[in-house]
Amino acid sequence: MTGDVAVLGVGMHPWGKWGRSFVEYGTAAARAALADAGVDWRDVGSIVGADTVRGGYPGYVAGATFAKALGWQGARVTSVYAACASGAQAIATARAQILAGLADVVLVVGADAAPKGFFRPAGGDRPDDPDWLRFRVLGATNPTYFGLYARRRMAVHGDTVDDFAQVKVKNAALGALNPYARYRKRVTAEEVAASAVVADPLRLLDICATSDGGAALVLSSVEFARRHGAAEAVRIRAVSTVTPRYPTTVLDLPDIATDSAVAVEPAPETFRASIARTAYEEAGLGPEDLSLAEVYDLSTALELQWYEDLGLCGAGEAAKLLREGATAPGGRIPVNTSGGLASFGEAVPAQAIAQVCELTWQLRGDAGDRQIEGARVGVTANQGLFGHGSSVIAVR
Amino acid sequence: MARTRTPVVTGWFTGEGDAFRLLGTRCSACASVFFPREDAHCRNPGCGGGDLKEVPLSQRGRVWSYTDGRYRPPSPYVSDPELPWEPRTLIAVELAAERLVVLGQAVPGVTVADLAVGMEVEVVAGVLGEDAETVWTTWQWRPTGSQGVTA
Repeated sequence: MTGDVAVLGVGMHPWGKWGRSFVEYGTAAARAALADAGVDWRDVGSIVGADTVRGGYPGYVAGATFAKALGWQGARVTSVYAACASGAQAIATARAQILAGLADVVLVVGADAAPKGFFRPAGGDRPDDPDWLRFRVLGATNPTYFGLYARRRMAVHGDTVDDFAQVKVKNAALGALNPYARYRKRVTAEEVAASAVVADPLRLLDICATSDGGAALVLSSVEFARRHGAAEAVRIRAVSTVTPRYPTTVLDLPDIATDSAVAVEPAPETFRASIARTAYEEAGLGPEDLSLAEVYDLSTALELQWYEDLGLCGAGEAAKLLREGATAPGGRIPVNTSGGLASFGEAVPAQAIAQVCELTWQLRGDAGDRQIEGARVGVTANQGLFGHGSSVIAVR
Repeated sequence: MARTRTPVVTGWFTGEGDAFRLLGTRCSACASVFFPREDAHCRNPGCGGGDLKEVPLSQRGRVWSYTDGRYRPPSPYVSDPELPWEPRTLIAVELAAERLVVLGQAVPGVTVADLAVGMEVEVVAGVLGEDAETVWTTWQWRPTGSQGVTA
């Protein structure tokens, strides 16, 4: 397919709470991806950095910051920010440059050094910023929204807190097998139930931590990959970076209210469902073609929501899909084989890139003990604050 | 010395007691309602744009979902670090006439055990916090009791 780009190399710095600079994590991931690709940094025509607002000024210009750390070599540079979807925008930018013929090989890097505790807005008195306002006026942290979604699922679909706990059990078992994961211990449903409530009905072990980490990809044109001896490389076939359509009907971070549906009838699908549908349409594939999915499990309940938004099952059927084991290894459609955010914690600008690293390892057959046999097609899904869709489909 | 009562955000609500109302704006061309208020341009992409006029929102709605905050939120939320954190309940409320959902704190004393999705609640004036000079006022949601409270 003419819209494909090749994934020549992938690399990660292990997730954790290392207390060092995001530059170090990103540079380590970039060097690993370049080595994996067999590409010399000096032959990379473009670098795209996914920004971190927590890295101070160098974090806002991550592309150049990583390029300097790797050694200035004159590459074209781009820095992008889209909250949790920053990594997908970096991939989309790299792909556009490759398909437009502006660069043969592009390095995509994202890394974060996260603070302890809740994410909070940037400092200062900023009553014109919805993200500042939700903290100032309501004390609404990110888990507030996760709790609202979880309670809504319980009321509308009959999900239980034990269903949510079973998502953690599944993901922790997979994370235990992943050397890049921060949490590598299996967790029982009893341990989830014994952890402290953070935002009712969700407990500490239902909610993802905030982590340090870095991830990188070396992307190229399919033609370059052939010349490079990588004709069988994993390919990215779709990158969805869509926005919502007016009026939104699901209260989304960091909003205090939804749009009003008084004048315009809402679209039949939610924003999250539209993210996946756009990716499927671009790839000419559907949920029935998937071998695996990496979804943004900011909370256990949100993983279940993604099953429905990705079309892995019908509305309200996610808990049933989980209970049947369909989303565990050996099931019909394993989800979060990496261990997910449950095992990694979120390193915001690196996370959507890390999702594509996992797809690539799985599609190559290099995922070790986590390997899904015969994996051919994988999808990632994620959503960034303020209305940033993010979904990538990779094939081999 | 009396402290000044000041809205935590200007122009989002008005009135005292039974007259307390959230304030949004309505587009004169397409009738879309906005909360928080839009004063510059209508955000309906199919609307050519009309005047945005201030409009009070419905006082009553139904619980879309609810949760609580068991841990102290970070700044810019203001709370006294000398006092133990008291969990706050948050309710997302669907207003039928405006067809939108508005998030707010519950009145003090209402816990998640008192709530259910679909329950009727009403908006009331409340206090977000106080400092040396100011009592910061806000909106809060309170069950009307016209639906069975589950606790």
